[in-house]
Amino acid sequence: MTSAALRSRAWKLLEMVTTPLLPSDYLDLISPLRAGADLRGRIEAVHPETGDAATIVIRPGRGWRGHTAGQYVRIGVDVDGVRLWRAYSVTSPTNRQDGRVTITVKAIPDGKVSNHLVRKAKPGTLIQLDQPTGDFVLPQANPAKVLYLTAGSGITPVMGMLRDVEFDDVVMVHSAPQPQDVIFRNELHDLVADKKLRLTELHTDTDGMLDIAHLAELVPDWAERETWACGPAGLLDAAEEHWTEHGVQERLHTERFRPGIVVTGDGGEVTFSATGKTVHADGATPLLDIGEEAGVLMPSGCRMGICFGCVTPLKSGAVRDLRTGEITEAEPGVLIQTCVSAAAGPCDIER
Amino acid sequence: MTAIDPTAHLTAEQIEELGRELDAIRDEVIAGRGEKDAAYIRKVISAQRKLELVSRGVLLFSIFPPAWLLGTAGLSVAKIMDNMEIGHNILHGQWDWMRDPKIHSTTWEWDHVSPSEQWKHSHNELHHTYTNVIGKDNDLGYGIMRVDEDQKWHPFHLGQPLWNFLNACFFEYGIAAYDLELGKNLHKRRRKSPEFRARAKAVGRKIRKQVLKDYVIHPLLSGPSFLPTLAATFTANLVRNIWTHSVIMCGHFPEGVQVFERRSIKGETRGQWYLRQMMGSANISGSKAMHFMTGNLSHQIEHHLFPDLPSNRYAEVAVKVRALFEKYELEYVTGPLPKQVFSAWHKVFRLSLPNKEPKVKTPDRGQEVVAA
Repeated sequence: MTSAALRSRAWKLLEMVTTPLLPSDYLDLISPLRAGADLRGRIEAVHPETGDAATIVIRPGRGWRGHTAGQYVRIGVDVDGVRLWRAYSVTSPTNRQDGRVTITVKAIPDGKVSNHLVRKAKPGTLIQLDQPTGDFVLPQANPAKVLYLTAGSGITPVMGMLRDVEFDDVVMVHSAPQPQDVIFRNELHDLVADKKLRLTELHTDTDGMLDIAHLAELVPDWAERETWACGPAGLLDAAEEHWTEHGVQERLHTERFRPGIVVTGDGGEVTFSATGKTVHADGATPLLDIGEEAGVLMPSGCRMGICFGCVTPLKSGAVRDLRTGEITEAEPGVLIQTCVSAAAGPCDIER
Repeated sequence: MTAIDPTAHLTAEQIEELGRELDAIRDEVIAGRGEKDAAYIRKVISAQRKLELVSRGVLLFSIFPPAWLLGTAGLSVAKIMDNMEIGHNILHGQWDWMRDPKIHSTTWEWDHVSPSEQWKHSHNELHHTYTNVIGKDNDLGYGIMRVDEDQKWHPFHLGQPLWNFLNACFFEYGIAAYDLELGKNLHKRRRKSPEFRARAKAVGRKIRKQVLKDYVIHPLLSGPSFLPTLAATFTANLVRNIWTHSVIMCGHFPEGVQVFERRSIKGETRGQWYLRQMMGSANISGSKAMHFMTGNLSHQIEHHLFPDLPSNRYAEVAVKVRALFEKYELEYVTGPLPKQVFSAWHKVFRLSLPNKEPKVKTPDRGQEVVAA
């Protein structure tokens, strides 16, 4: 028997020993970051960057496959006991000696996860991790001239690039409200002092927003540069338009942080994605009834919110709890009780 | 359905007001759920797993009597924790709000021969929706006992103290059979239905795995301690079964608990539903350790009012609920475990014998509402 077959037999036997749990349920108690475990990380340090941004140093589990500069990672953090998932750019270089990775988080107003990470996260806390992903990365072959066009926390994936690969000719145009809001400011200025970077720092509170039409005044050869842009949607929309207008759109690479903003309202179009049906729902009828009326096979139970027999994944959109009025927005892994939830805007139910 | 309706003094408006007050208690707990609660259930799960690991480790040497005693005691407690404070409550969705896929009503499987999925249907859906409604809630006597004077007596009921005792010893199998609605489904035609066969197969699979683990694999791993380990796991299952059976009997069987007629729940309002839960359940008083070991089902009344609130909150909820009982002049049935167990068993014995038909019937609440 091959060693792989032996191992699988041994594992089967172990499963019999631990049934109805799995051996990993016990191993997780001792070694949650081991190889073969669900990917997790441990927060080892939190370094403040600005008044509302901090860098989180994470020791990833053994299953971590490593990232490419510019990529982001989804992390699951328990905030007030509720597991919430968000994506953050990796800001550490790929060759960091101690194997740790960092993300840099800016607290956004009312941001549950970002405020928690910046102000409350404690070293020693376990978080959930996904493998890094994203195609906002540098190419295999080094371009001769590079432009980084960033604003606010849009600097984070670019910082991962700056720390990772040195180019001969790099220009950066970065906007932030005030000097003290510039994340990584000291490090950027050190790079400038070492002549590794040419930096234009714009302070929008005093200088106003960057007008992309005047980019040529700051970077005359912008059109010849391979450009990576990251920041608010307004900046990226303007950049895409500008680059397209000049016929050099293939040189522009952009990264958008918040692709979908959930529209909440009272009722809306409900899609039952597994069945392929879309119907209109008002804001007062339980989604269970909406589904059944549309002929969708819905799991059901007590129909009053107590038996949890009807829980179903909410793939997108938002629903309102008819008992408490609480809004639940779709996130991976979010399940809703269809018997006490009504559509709060367009939503997609996996049935 | 007892001769005198203990809620007769309440007006329809009062019952709805009571419902609103209970909703307010529920909303307050939901708004306050957070990190401490999550830490609580994680700590309990971790403690249970460690206790089970250590106990099973000690049982490898159960050929030595002190190791046998220690391991058996530890395993019994671990199994009770798994069944009550952890399994029962997670399967109620009490911890679903954490969005942790490993501590979730849709993924949890317990150390019990009834598969979670089937138990959730018979317990969460049927028992908790139709609490104490004769003919709808099979928890009332599990289909083998007579639990109310108004139920028709049959000579079969003479044996019910014995049936109840056997049910206590093999409670997890009783529950599995009950979840399968075995009595009803053994009729020839039903036995062949593919839906029933699939469920029966799932139970068979679960039983096989559980028995293999407890009575074959772990004893074999113990080598020379094979027989003592086998005896230890059997004892731990027996202890867990008798304990859970006792606790659960105390929830709805003691004297003073009301049962309801099928037609009385027609068109039931939220307030009336709450009131039925209040009158149909009974508590166990005692120490924190007692509440913990019963999976907080010692707060059965609070659990039936709010089955999906985290169990660690029932104690604080109980103070407010009890105040409502007093305000509305209702009887809060509670007592220490021995008293409640005795009361429940007393009823089992009493109702094993026939009784006179009661003369006064409870007013039919369904009709009352229509009239109002």
